[in-house]
Amino acid sequence: MQIIVNGSPREAPAKITVAALLAELAVEPRYVAVEVNQELVPRARHRDWPLAEGDRLEVVTLVGGG
Amino acid sequence: MSIQPATLLPAAEPFRLGNHTFASRLIVGTGKYADYAVMAESLEASGAECITVAVRRERLIDSQGRNLLDFIDTSRYVLLPNTAGCFTADDAVRVARLGRDLLQGLENPGADWVKLEVLGDKKTLLPDPVATLAATENLVADGFQVLCYTTDDPITARRLKEAGATSVMPAGSPIGSGQGILNPNNIRICLEYLKDDDPDYPVIVDAGVGTASDVTIAMELGVDGVLLNTGIAHAADPVRMARAMKLATESGRLAYLSGRIPKRLYATASSPEEGTIAPLRPR
Repeated sequence: MQIIVNGSPREAPAKITVAALLAELAVEPRYVAVEVNQELVPRARHRDWPLAEGDRLEVVTLVGGG
Repeated sequence: MSIQPATLLPAAEPFRLGNHTFASRLIVGTGKYADYAVMAESLEASGAECITVAVRRERLIDSQGRNLLDFIDTSRYVLLPNTAGCFTADDAVRVARLGRDLLQGLENPGADWVKLEVLGDKKTLLPDPVATLAATENLVADGFQVLCYTTDDPITARRLKEAGATSVMPAGSPIGSGQGILNPNNIRICLEYLKDDDPDYPVIVDAGVGTASDVTIAMELGVDGVLLNTGIAHAADPVRMARAMKLATESGRLAYLSGRIPKRLYATASSPEEGTIAPLRPR
């Protein structure tokens, strides 16, 4: 299925969970937070949150700022 | 009269900000540094215990893989996530929630608060007061302690406090402009309105500070703290400037608590006027 991660289309296995996708993206899970379709997916739910075709994800981290 | 150790002087009174307490009244940002090592050293030199951070998309293709969090001891600093770059109340609320989730993951005590910025336009980076108020109400209802970046308009400041803001943070001048405190009278009125029957309500000057004297002027007005970033990060020697900002914060606070003399048009002699020797007779 196709999903959109940070604005870019990406192929992913059907029903992949947020946690599994983060592992595929090779990001440190402690360093990111995730929105699916503009709603926060709390980190405690990453393991049991299956993604669906067309889901739009924001995967964010902390950067320098004022 | 005995001399009190500095630690007993009133300036050492703790800075209470929501449910956090700090010895330092300076909050510094982590943006715009040439590199992470200079940033870390500057944070240390500033003496700040609270530092601001921004929330942005993870760069999924960065081969270096370096993250800000690798250069910050998150057990030492209370992080204050901002909503910088948001132009609507809804986006600011989304970013605040993402920041909270990140800080919960890091087990950082800053997970319960946010520095709210809802901007009106990109040229001035001035806040949109209507959207800021709406976002404040929404975030307070969601359990956040909201520290509001706003203009120096006293009426907006009062509305934000009424909406439940933990602190109102008027800008001295536009973000990153280095113009200092452009309208000290408005800051004075903000202080009067916000602290009138609530003297411990924290008011912070956020943005526009260019150098140490700007920080001191803000603190001498009676604000509780100063939040700055560019003034340190873009100084020619950021680490040295960070120390200057630390000392300026302390100096300004001490001067405020000490009660300055009134300004007068004419001189008043510091040395006794009596007992001067007889002047030479004119020849």
